[in-house]
Amino acid sequence: MTTLLEVSGVSVSFDGFRAINNLSFQIGEAELRAVIGPNGAGKTTFMDIVTGKTRPDEGRVTYGEKSVSLLSLSESRIAQMGIGRKFQRPTVFEDQSVADNLMMALKKDRNPFAVLMFRPVAADRDRVAELADEIGLSAALHRKAGELSHGQKQWLEIGMLLAQEPRLLLVDEPAAGMTLAEREHTTDLLKEAAKTRAVVVVEHDMEFVRRLDCKVTVLHEGAVLAEGSLDHVTRNEQVIEVYLGR
Amino acid sequence: MSDMTLSAPARRPLVLRHPSVLVFLTILALFTLGVTLLSEGAGIGAISTSFVKTLGKTLCFCLVALAMDLVWGYCGILSLGHMAFFGLGGYAVGMWLMYERTRMIVADSLAAAELPPTAQEISDGIATQIFGVVGASEFPPVWAFAHSLPLQLAAVVVVPGLLALVFGWLAFRSRVTGVYLSILTQAMTLALSLYLFQNDSGLRGNNGLSGLQNLPGLDDIPQSAVSLWFFWASALALGVGYLFCAWLVSGKFGSVIRAIRDDETRVRFLGYPVEGFKLVVFTLTAVIASIAGALYYPQAGIINPAEIAPIASIYLAVWVAIGGRGRLYGAVIGAGFVSLLSTWFTGGQAPDLVLGPLRIQWVDWWTVLLGLSFVAVTLFAPKGIGGLVDLAARIKSPDRHGADLGPDAGALREREADQ
Amino acid sequence: MSKIIRHILFCLNCLLAAPALAQDAGAPIQELLQAHGDVIAKSSRKTIGPAIDALAASGLSAAQRVLERWQAKEMWRDEESGLFVFAEEIDRDTIRIFDPAGDTEIGAVADDGYKQLKPNSGIRGMIGAALVQFQLSAPDPATRATALDAIERDPEASHLAALRKAAGAEDDAALRTRKARLERLLTIRFDEDDAARIAAIESFAGDPAVDVRATLNPLIATRIEFAAEAPQGDDIARTLKPGGGALPRADAYALLVAAGVAPPAITRADKRDALVAQLRDGTVGGYRVAQLDTEAARDAAYARLAEAGRVAAVATDAEIDAALAAHVIFERFIGAPPAVALAARGALDAIETKVNLNRAADLVLDALSLASIYFLAAIGLAITFGVMGVINMAHGEFIMMGAYTGYVVQQIIPDYTISILVAIPLAFAVTFGAGVAMERLVIRWLRHRPLETLLATFGISIALQQIAKNIFGTQARPLTSPDWLDGSLVLNDIVSISYIRIAIFVLALLFLGLFLFVMNRTRIGLEVRAVTQNPRMAGSMGINPDRINMLTFGLGSGIAGIAGVAIGLYAKVTSEMGQDYIVQSFMTVVVGGVGNIWGALVGATLVGTMQKGIEWFNPSNTLAAQTYMILFIILFIQVRPRGIIALKGRAAEA
Repeated sequence: MTTLLEVSGVSVSFDGFRAINNLSFQIGEAELRAVIGPNGAGKTTFMDIVTGKTRPDEGRVTYGEKSVSLLSLSESRIAQMGIGRKFQRPTVFEDQSVADNLMMALKKDRNPFAVLMFRPVAADRDRVAELADEIGLSAALHRKAGELSHGQKQWLEIGMLLAQEPRLLLVDEPAAGMTLAEREHTTDLLKEAAKTRAVVVVEHDMEFVRRLDCKVTVLHEGAVLAEGSLDHVTRNEQVIEVYLGR
Repeated sequence: MSDMTLSAPARRPLVLRHPSVLVFLTILALFTLGVTLLSEGAGIGAISTSFVKTLGKTLCFCLVALAMDLVWGYCGILSLGHMAFFGLGGYAVGMWLMYERTRMIVADSLAAAELPPTAQEISDGIATQIFGVVGASEFPPVWAFAHSLPLQLAAVVVVPGLLALVFGWLAFRSRVTGVYLSILTQAMTLALSLYLFQNDSGLRGNNGLSGLQNLPGLDDIPQSAVSLWFFWASALALGVGYLFCAWLVSGKFGSVIRAIRDDETRVRFLGYPVEGFKLVVFTLTAVIASIAGALYYPQAGIINPAEIAPIASIYLAVWVAIGGRGRLYGAVIGAGFVSLLSTWFTGGQAPDLVLGPLRIQWVDWWTVLLGLSFVAVTLFAPKGIGGLVDLAARIKSPDRHGADLGPDAGALREREADQ
Repeated sequence: MSKIIRHILFCLNCLLAAPALAQDAGAPIQELLQAHGDVIAKSSRKTIGPAIDALAASGLSAAQRVLERWQAKEMWRDEESGLFVFAEEIDRDTIRIFDPAGDTEIGAVADDGYKQLKPNSGIRGMIGAALVQFQLSAPDPATRATALDAIERDPEASHLAALRKAAGAEDDAALRTRKARLERLLTIRFDEDDAARIAAIESFAGDPAVDVRATLNPLIATRIEFAAEAPQGDDIARTLKPGGGALPRADAYALLVAAGVAPPAITRADKRDALVAQLRDGTVGGYRVAQLDTEAARDAAYARLAEAGRVAAVATDAEIDAALAAHVIFERFIGAPPAVALAARGALDAIETKVNLNRAADLVLDALSLASIYFLAAIGLAITFGVMGVINMAHGEFIMMGAYTGYVVQQIIPDYTISILVAIPLAFAVTFGAGVAMERLVIRWLRHRPLETLLATFGISIALQQIAKNIFGTQARPLTSPDWLDGSLVLNDIVSISYIRIAIFVLALLFLGLFLFVMNRTRIGLEVRAVTQNPRMAGSMGINPDRINMLTFGLGSGIAGIAGVAIGLYAKVTSEMGQDYIVQSFMTVVVGGVGNIWGALVGATLVGTMQKGIEWFNPSNTLAAQTYMILFIILFIQVRPRGIIALKGRAAEA
């Protein structure tokens, strides 16, 4: 399995506080990975660095076959290269319809003038309908995103991510605030997605991580504490110490 | 207007997808026809020439309000500089009008001299006529193209376009958003108007350009006819502008810019170069504003740097807000309604309001009323007059968790609090 | 014996009313006067000199009195005896006379036998100059100072000797310095000896005082001359290049024409008039009128007329260039001998450097005072922006409200000191109230909608502005400062600063201190900081964020009101005064960085210094200075989008 994303020796500090401390991380091309860790472990900052929102003080972040460095690229450029991100809070464009949201996310030329001249053809509309079906929002296609329930918004956001056809998906706490049924649906979506691309899921909820049934990376104080199967890491002394306290 | 009908097998024309466009264009056409039939120049004379001019100018205001709505209501950039672009358009056209008319007058007066004038003498004559008021007698470099109408018309598009492009690039590149950006655009406007106030700016300082209502070579044609021409041109420009804006916001482009307004970070993570989109919208609307100005000032007859001052751009925002931003007809209604009402009140036509011993003269108190009603609209009717349409059509806007329609990407503090 | 006789005679004289006899004709002063009697009586400026000099040099105690009376036209001469007396007119025909020797009264007499001496102004001036030496050594220091003042006002060559004489004997240190300085100045102007003048000039090197420059400048006066060869001689100040900045080509040529060494050049207008005058049957010089619509054609036609001798030949451009090339044009010192002029130029150059340094110091003071005004105007804005994230567009109108409050207070309380002391807290109270009302009624309801807050506060701004216009009218109202704030602190001829500006500076410092104290040392400051950093958390800890926001807004507005009083003291109070400061205040906040008092301070300093600095390069144009400053700030934002003192860390990364 070839490596899609490699983060090595990355550190970043805010006002003297080291949020990420010499972090190294790798993920292959079609892999599902869960990242867990207590609050303040640097999970969100890690995602910020990969997606270009935060510039690290030192270290390297390379991506793809050609090992392109992501550090000098803008957020939109990184997204165009195939890294999609889902935020903790569902952020969909509530003033626009589900279809508009999905149409915007479809993998197309992002240049302003291309967008200006863009008119959807039948294939695009079919793809949108297909995605809506996948995330269970076919019936809500013409409703405004703001009218959806919290869980539906989460799915819409996942749908938008899928529409982008990313090679790497970064998902921040997808199950937060969901009902049990919704969680199951979400798990299926993520597992399905991971068959064709790399998916990194940041999550607190151990039950959810167990259901994902994948390799787990434990972050603590901005560095990797342990890595392996869920059972493996939960037996790790240090991990227990960090989670349960001394 | 945002609904993109996916279930339809084939795309219908824009006007069918958005009936409001058709309604608007019909009303505009009827209005134009009505004014023409009632005018002094081509009809029964029920509407005076000066009122035709007022209406023509109002249409120009409506056009610049459309531009403002596009950049603010749709893209979330509260620009306090679009009236500066409006003024630049007026200056560009005004320079040709003033040059050409002065040239004719000078040529006439020199034709009576014993020797035929040299090119230099004519040029000196024009320069003395135009720049005498600021104590200069030579043409500043900015007037290099003033002799040519096509070049000055090109300047209407190019100069504000370039200014917007450069300013926008600098501002958006450094990720200045929200109130910061508004203040910055206000500073740009102030800098421009202060620059033009100087006598050595080459545009006659605080005297500005005048006599623009007289078209060179058309002295024989009465103002009643000229005013109608400009009225028609303004109506046409507004119609075309409306159609263009409606087309712009109806497609994916409109979808993206509204998304930028609501959450530009998210749009960035979708892979859209947000700065590029903002720059396109900012520049495009600057050009629309400039075209509106180029049509407005020949009807107003005079332009001076005071017209470019930041306050004018803020009034523009007031019109759009009162009309209802985020909808094109809202901007047009706001600009038309408020500017006509303003003319009525400040023109001394409104009857005084007698409150016991107090006598409210509207010439003095209209601005107070406008300011306070603007506060009231912001507080109680954020959708403006256009919100009445929603009320009539029983459209309920989705619950957006307290964040009302409008940009707040610049809410620096809110973001910090959310971290 | 003779005394008795004299006494008797005196009594007789009184009785006989023949007072001339009572005069001491033998007194030394009278003798001296008599020695020059005819000259004095003749009163001619040309001849009077020796008489005045003799009096001045006599060393007689009465000499000063004589000169004074003479100057005041109070000296008369007995036509019969030729003796001089002092006299004052009693009525048209009668005068009371005094003996010059002791200034003793002789008595009232008819003026028939006396002739009043009426020195003209020239002579009075000469007398005055002679008197100076007496005044310079007068026992009363005040008189001596007055004499120095008089010399400084209108120095004359004759003063120099008097000063030199008087300088040594001076015992008052300050006056001695003044005398010595004045002596050197007069040496530069009037001394015959070049070496002495040069020494005096060099002693002033680097003294930026206006009188030094005024003394030196005439010495380096030059006259433009020309010659065929480059002139030799040390009185050549410099050679000039025609067409350069110092000597336009047309002026250079006019010089040659005036000296008659070159034919005249004429203007285009004159050439056209000449052609028009020669116009015959629609042609001139073989050209048809219609052809003469270019300068080249007109030149050709004129040349042809000149060939035919019908107009005077004029120089062509080539000839003008040749004539100019054939001559060297230069400036010759005419104000002083070359050595003195060169020394003066050297001294002036040194002074120029010093003056520039002083100007820079003055500029720094100006910039500081402007900065303190911006700081006062911006501090309230910075507080509300920093704590609440609210841009208050009506901030400028709060400044205006404060200023009008001061104006109204002055209408009621006429004493300026008391009225200012009342106005400052009252202005704070009024604008604090207005701010609190605005927060409760408007801003509170627009939480987290900053753009709408901006527009709503703008609506309030235009309403307030118009209300002020309706109440107070459009003309500017004065806010008069108390007497003790009038005038300036003068450090030297260049560096000075008005007391009002110092007061504003002190006020700004005071507010900085007060603000720091409130924020860092009080409970309310702690709560404000808590709400700034995390309103939700602060709320859950029992702090009422609404109350804090309201107080903060009121505080920011109140400070604006005080700033209004301060600004009104040195500028006029108008309904639009707020607008003059609001953009600069925004710039201050933006440049300095949000949410930080030091940011406002640094921002105000930078904006004030920048504005003054740009004005320094382009002093005539305040508008241009503001334009360039705003452009600079727009570019500055590129480098530091969050201002100079930016919040760092995770919060600022959003």
